[in-house]
Amino acid sequence: MATPIVELKSVGKSFRSADGSARSVLDGVDFTLREGEIVALLGQSGSGKSTMLRLMAGLIAADSGEVLYRGLPLHGPADGISMVFQSFALFPWLTVQKNVELGLEAKGMPAEERARRAEAAIELIGLSGFEGALPRELSGGMRQRVGIARALVMEPDVLLMDEAFSALDVLTGERLREDILELWESGRISTKAILVVSHNIEEAVMMADRVLVFASDPGRVRDELPVRLSRPREVESSEVRGLIDNVYGLMTTGTLRAGRVTEKEVKLRLGDRLPEAEVARMEVVLEVIADEPFLGRADLPKLVAETELADEELLDVSSALTLLGLAVLDHGDIILTPLGQQYVRAENIERKEIFGRQLLEHVPLVAYIRHGLEQDPSGDLHEDMFLRLLRFSLNEADSNSALRIAIEWGRYGDLFEYSFNTGVIKMPESEAVARE
Amino acid sequence: MSERKQFFPRLAVEAGGNRWDWLLLPMVLALLVLLAYGGQQMARPYQLGETLPLSLDPTNLPYYLLRTTLRMFLALGASTLFSCVFAVMATKYRAAEKVLVPMLDILQSIPILGFLSITVTAFIALFPGNLLGVEFAAIFAIFTSQAWNMAFSAYQGFRTVPAELKEAASVFRLSAWQRFWRLELPFAMPGLLWNMMMSMSGGWFFVVASEAISVSNQNIKLPGIGSYIALAIEQRDLVAIGWAIGAMLIGVLLYDQLFFRPLLAWADKFRFEESGSETAQNSWLLNWLRQTDRMQGTVLAFVKLLERSFGVFRLRHDGTSIRARPRLHSSTPERIWDAIVAAVVFYAMWTLIHFIHTEVGWGEVGRVFVLGLYTMFRVIVLIFLAAVIWIPVGVWIGLNPRLAERAQATIQFLAAFPANLMFPVAVVVLVRFDLNPDIWLSPLMILGTQWYLLFNVIAGASTVPTELRYAAQNLGLKGLLKWRRYLLPAIFPSFVTGAITASGGSWNASIVAEYVTWGNTTLKAHGIGSYIAEMTAVGDFPRIALGIGVMCVFVMGFNHFVWRRLYRMAEDRLHF
Repeated sequence: MATPIVELKSVGKSFRSADGSARSVLDGVDFTLREGEIVALLGQSGSGKSTMLRLMAGLIAADSGEVLYRGLPLHGPADGISMVFQSFALFPWLTVQKNVELGLEAKGMPAEERARRAEAAIELIGLSGFEGALPRELSGGMRQRVGIARALVMEPDVLLMDEAFSALDVLTGERLREDILELWESGRISTKAILVVSHNIEEAVMMADRVLVFASDPGRVRDELPVRLSRPREVESSEVRGLIDNVYGLMTTGTLRAGRVTEKEVKLRLGDRLPEAEVARMEVVLEVIADEPFLGRADLPKLVAETELADEELLDVSSALTLLGLAVLDHGDIILTPLGQQYVRAENIERKEIFGRQLLEHVPLVAYIRHGLEQDPSGDLHEDMFLRLLRFSLNEADSNSALRIAIEWGRYGDLFEYSFNTGVIKMPESEAVARE
Repeated sequence: MSERKQFFPRLAVEAGGNRWDWLLLPMVLALLVLLAYGGQQMARPYQLGETLPLSLDPTNLPYYLLRTTLRMFLALGASTLFSCVFAVMATKYRAAEKVLVPMLDILQSIPILGFLSITVTAFIALFPGNLLGVEFAAIFAIFTSQAWNMAFSAYQGFRTVPAELKEAASVFRLSAWQRFWRLELPFAMPGLLWNMMMSMSGGWFFVVASEAISVSNQNIKLPGIGSYIALAIEQRDLVAIGWAIGAMLIGVLLYDQLFFRPLLAWADKFRFEESGSETAQNSWLLNWLRQTDRMQGTVLAFVKLLERSFGVFRLRHDGTSIRARPRLHSSTPERIWDAIVAAVVFYAMWTLIHFIHTEVGWGEVGRVFVLGLYTMFRVIVLIFLAAVIWIPVGVWIGLNPRLAERAQATIQFLAAFPANLMFPVAVVVLVRFDLNPDIWLSPLMILGTQWYLLFNVIAGASTVPTELRYAAQNLGLKGLLKWRRYLLPAIFPSFVTGAITASGGSWNASIVAEYVTWGNTTLKAHGIGSYIAEMTAVGDFPRIALGIGVMCVFVMGFNHFVWRRLYRMAEDRLHF
């Protein structure tokens, strides 16, 4: 067994929400990163994979358990651990050369030595000729190359990549990924292990020797999938496709909490998060599933290709559709229910009716708002009341997003109206008149 | 050793620099000589009671300009240093933040002129028998007119450093010193620089008041443009005022071209937005400097020195070290600190109440509040009038890109022009036509600050997305509807920004604008500004303090209840 580099021992982390209650983000995570491997962390937003990466980077401290680097407890950023950021985190006022030298300069390395090493790293990552450029002159892909050179020049033991390709367009991202894998395979970099956080399933399968699937609320490692394929891997090969299917299956099965993609029907509670799915996107996906070539049953990876949505977006849409009873999930496939079929065939008015009815039945938050409006003599209520309620179980960002989604859905289902300017939710005009 | 021998001759051969160096050399030498001369004059012996020679002969003006500019730049330097220290303290230590930020908020709304009478005695005592004491008092007064907005802008900049950059700085293990130079200061730089320019313009406004100091029945007039103007006003010499205006314009032009333009052009790289939408500043001097060899070398040597300091002040241990182990967090010191702060605040309030009760009486407080209401009414009406005039003009200029570029430079210039130079003219007119000072002195309050309004409206109008403009044209929006649905909402956020500055400036200006003298004619409008000015003239400290305190309450109330709300509304709802 290869030497462990970074070890997490039953690590837990929670963040304090504004009302003072702690919300657990990670709970009892055990993980070992060993020499010679690339590990990918997959999971939906809020599953704590970014938190885990930051724990390993020494950027945040664990509340319980231990993080060890080379057997020593880690209390802050360590010399041998480097990181590549999602939106590059380059210093816009420093040239490419100075950006790459940043970590070496911080270490107090003499200027000549620094310049020599930076030169080499810039050469290695294919940026020669751009040493004097400012980041703003470069395209996204080139900027991320600077970010990678800046990390590699430190000659790190461990390279952490936080969704490093997600801010790039697909082709650029793939190209950069291949370049990194090439460097890794050729042994020209001293890095002993790479940890990749991603929400792109294909990316994870193409890069990693192990894929870890995270469960959320609180985040923990739910499944581990070894990838024993030699590199370079072919995206279109049946092994890779099979693995991608597998991961989709893993991500949509099991004992996930309500509000997440799941096969079992779990009742949502009032204070749960809602999947980030706009109505328009849900309708498009429904129509694509109903249409050729899927005819009511679609393989999720294929659906991703067809709709050109990101994995994360499609997973959110699928969970919203299952939540509303318009579709069900089955081993990485999504299948329209009879109601879903009816919805696709229906005209606008009928669609809204179905949507509204399903909302009242399956989304407690929407039902609660509607009930509140019906009970209230004036027929309008301020959004803050509901936000305060959500804050008991969710943090600020999640409460806002849950309410925003509930409002969007409710508006579409003709259950209530909302004014952005005043923050007031009220009964729809037509019903308000009817009541009087 | 042999390497050394080779090194020396080469240095001697290349010591000449290139032709750009030679061309710049006279300028640099002249600057150094002027600085040395000005500095020497500032520190000459002086006894209280001695009158400093001052004459209205325009040939003296270059010298006066030198002295005044020197003071302003010293104050600017002090303000910059203060801003950095303030920003670092307030962002690094929560305990400091709790005290410093509210304190600055209060200091910001205290009328600057109030400081002068209180501090000048202390400064003179600090340097007995030397002019430096008086000089420092004047510099301090200018400092108080420059520092607060700069400090706030730096603090704002330090606080809004993007999280990912902060994380990168941690991962690459930058020490606090490295972080300051590499991350925080560069990030705060554009805002800080912009505020430096504003401060410099604002500083001119108070030059007159800060150079002509009256303390313990002594009238000290430091050689400078401000004193020159004060003397001209005493002697009712309109021609001299004209000369002073001319000298000042030249001064503004000089430091704009020689200092701010190059700095702005250089600081362009610190802009954080990755888009290159804003047109880059251009400066002939910077281009020139960049072509020099030795001059640039000298500057780079300083940069090298700074970079060498990074090696000295670096983190010497990493996250695996025992030293990185987090200390047990205890909230007791924080509690104790809070208690101390609360105790001091209560004590201050008690002292205040006691002071009012014994020294001035509550009736006086009520009277000053009423005066404050008068001034507030003036400020509101004036902002409204300025808006009515400048919004259409600003929108018209802003929507014509070519016009906007030229107009912006002109308006920056106008903003730097101290409006108090126009006061004598106003007095002459008011007296001639026997006009009511309560009404006709008011416009003077906004004379200098209205430009911020215009400036921001132009900036707002020029950033209206082109597509929106086309859409409005396409829909045939006209007349009132066009203003209500398209133009006014589009410029509202920038209007509010401009109005905040303009109204703050107007409050401050009321001290000089409501109480205007020309020789032995004094015109006075009822208001809190004239109250403070009058009490300063008499030297009644308790009443000066009362006036300042009440004005402070008004300004802060106005900011909190009107401007911040409008600002938040603009931020939430009316942006692109």
